[in-house]
Amino acid sequence: MKYIDEFRNGKLAKNISANIAREATSLSGYKLMEFCGGHTHAISRYGLVDLLPDHVHLIHGPGCPVCVLPIGRVDQSIFLAREHGVILCTYADTLRVPASDNSSLMRARANGADVRMIYSTQDALKIAREYPDREVVFLAIGFETTTPPTAWAVRQAAFEGLKNFSILCDHVLTPAAMHAILAGESGTALDGFVGPAHVSTIIGSKPYEPFADNYGKPVVIAGFEPLDVMQAILMLVRQINDGRAMVENEFTRAVTREGNLKAKALVDEVFHLRDTFEWRGLGSVPNSALKLRPRFSAFDAELKFGVDYVAVPDNRACECAAILRGQKRPQECKIFGTVCTPDNPVGSCMVSSEGSCAAHYSYGRFRESA
Amino acid sequence: MTGLVKPNYSRPLDIKHGRVDMSHGSGGRAMAQLITELFAAAFDNEYLSQGNDGALLPQETGRLVMATDSHVVSPLFFAGGDIGCLSVHGTINDVAVMGAQPLYLSASFILEEGFLLSDLKRIVESMAQASRESGVPIVTGDTKVVERGKGDGVFITTTGIGVMRNGVKLSGDLAQPGDKILLSGTIGDHGMAILSQREGLAFSAPIVSDTVALHRLVATMLDSGVELRVLRDPTRGGLATTLNEIAKQSGVGMMLYESAIAVNQPVEAACEFLGLDPLYVANEGKLIAICAPQDAQRLLAVMRAHPLAEAASIIGEVQEDAHGFVQLTTRIGGRRVIDWLTGEQLPRIC
Ligand code: SF4
Repeated sequence: MKYIDEFRNGKLAKNISANIAREATSLSGYKLMEFCGGHTHAISRYGLVDLLPDHVHLIHGPGCPVCVLPIGRVDQSIFLAREHGVILCTYADTLRVPASDNSSLMRARANGADVRMIYSTQDALKIAREYPDREVVFLAIGFETTTPPTAWAVRQAAFEGLKNFSILCDHVLTPAAMHAILAGESGTALDGFVGPAHVSTIIGSKPYEPFADNYGKPVVIAGFEPLDVMQAILMLVRQINDGRAMVENEFTRAVTREGNLKAKALVDEVFHLRDTFEWRGLGSVPNSALKLRPRFSAFDAELKFGVDYVAVPDNRACECAAILRGQKRPQECKIFGTVCTPDNPVGSCMVSSEGSCAAHYSYGRFRESA
Repeated sequence: MTGLVKPNYSRPLDIKHGRVDMSHGSGGRAMAQLITELFAAAFDNEYLSQGNDGALLPQETGRLVMATDSHVVSPLFFAGGDIGCLSVHGTINDVAVMGAQPLYLSASFILEEGFLLSDLKRIVESMAQASRESGVPIVTGDTKVVERGKGDGVFITTTGIGVMRNGVKLSGDLAQPGDKILLSGTIGDHGMAILSQREGLAFSAPIVSDTVALHRLVATMLDSGVELRVLRDPTRGGLATTLNEIAKQSGVGMMLYESAIAVNQPVEAACEFLGLDPLYVANEGKLIAICAPQDAQRLLAVMRAHPLAEAASIIGEVQEDAHGFVQLTTRIGGRRVIDWLTGEQLPRIC
């Protein structure tokens, strides 16, 4: 894998690391948020912290799809599987997100609910075709990267007239979440953002411009390889030193200003904005999520089964909310690594390797023992 | 008229078109026929042909090692092998990494009603070949049939017996700070061969399972006189899981070097695509050796001279650590923990 190796080259990393150390001279330090869980994972997986000076801080953002899924949304899907007897399909990590009453989709499955792990939306359609007598519901979660495949599946289902297929649409939007963070109290402390990789290939770099223009925060879009992230950090340090606030693109091999027009058109054809949506950690954020357009409402499981969303508070000990806003670090949670571990997640940040708590537990917890 | 009756005749099994049915597990004539025409014919050896409920084996001097392993892999046939040879290799390897010379195997089959006899024959012949090539005969066995839908084609359990080599002391709790950790080759090949086939993923090059019997490699390593402390084959859960087990047993930590751990290119690509870490993916033909630091280079040379460990390397060292962390120095120079596996990552791979 030559292509990937270029971005995981130890010598190059040391060069960038030396440049960061030399140039990051501001005494007040650099507080940079990597928005995406993909970056959180890469940072922990490659131990990037060891290549950064102490006063360059990386703060994990909320860009982890299962982390921001509130309990009430998981409850909704369990309810459909259990009470309506539907075949509930979803991506692997979603199965382990904690729900009410110590439940999860995984536990519901162990108790007899028909919950299936799928790799792609096509798998869900396939199941719907295979079981014409059963209702098949796809729990659709994720940011802008996973939205086009869902849109495609809905359009395909409409085209085929698949009457037993529907989706619980929990797709959310990255810029809205960044907006919520910057508008909140944690926002002012941030000096800049490492911008999303895959999300930006879809939406382009343009949607981040208001964060530079209106909030004065530099944004550097970066790929998911460790050298991408290092380079983006260097670019952010330089912007901050110069007093600049711009959207820069480190990931030019995949991201343009306009993004993927075809994918955006497809999403726009099938979805429109929800007025408001509750995120774990960020609370209710206006215009931050998608729902199906009226002409596709037959595929909307919330309407089809008449299930309303009921908000459920998080476990009281869980600090996920503060962590998702960038106000706390995983190790500040009292039950981190004791009651709450990846084998037994109490909060959603401990579920996926993109979640701050799981990433720190799985890759970085030796740092506390030193 | 009497000339037409052949009192002792029974029609041979229709292996080409036939299927397993409940009578093949009933203990009656159909079962006897399946055993003679399929299993005994393929496995053929003096112990099996004793034809009794158990095999009477020659006396051995030395301590005995026994290991057992059940195989439920899906798909049954995959690039580089099938459930048959896998079930032979797996148990031979478990006996071998104890420091023993594997001598005999037993094989137990759970067949699902409706399973194609032609597939069964392929599997049995693959087992027979693996057993012949390794010089470890299958000396006794059993067959049961379950109703359609109650099994998944075939499940195979093999048990192996071996005799411990004199003066060898290997155990997971013997790793000491300063020891070197060696690995016999690339990781992740078996698990990704299974998974890429199961998910219908097509990559530029096919991924081939590494399933193989390791007892001869082990014998060569033990013959070299190097002071080996731990030998393990990193199967289910991969390299990461096996090293965590050893670290826990020995009460030590480890530091690995990512750049020394080899992964075949298509395996790396498949892992990348599925979001898996090759460190956690199963191997069926690799071993980990931990030895005293002064012996490491010699052991490495011995391993590299053997065809099954040409790509062997020193992948890290044992260190003192009260927390028992297995850590990794990444290719770009950062550090991280290599943790125990969480949840069910890859079911039904062996
Ligand atoms: S450690 Fe667990 S309970 Fe604590 S914040 Fe993280 S996910 Fe929530």
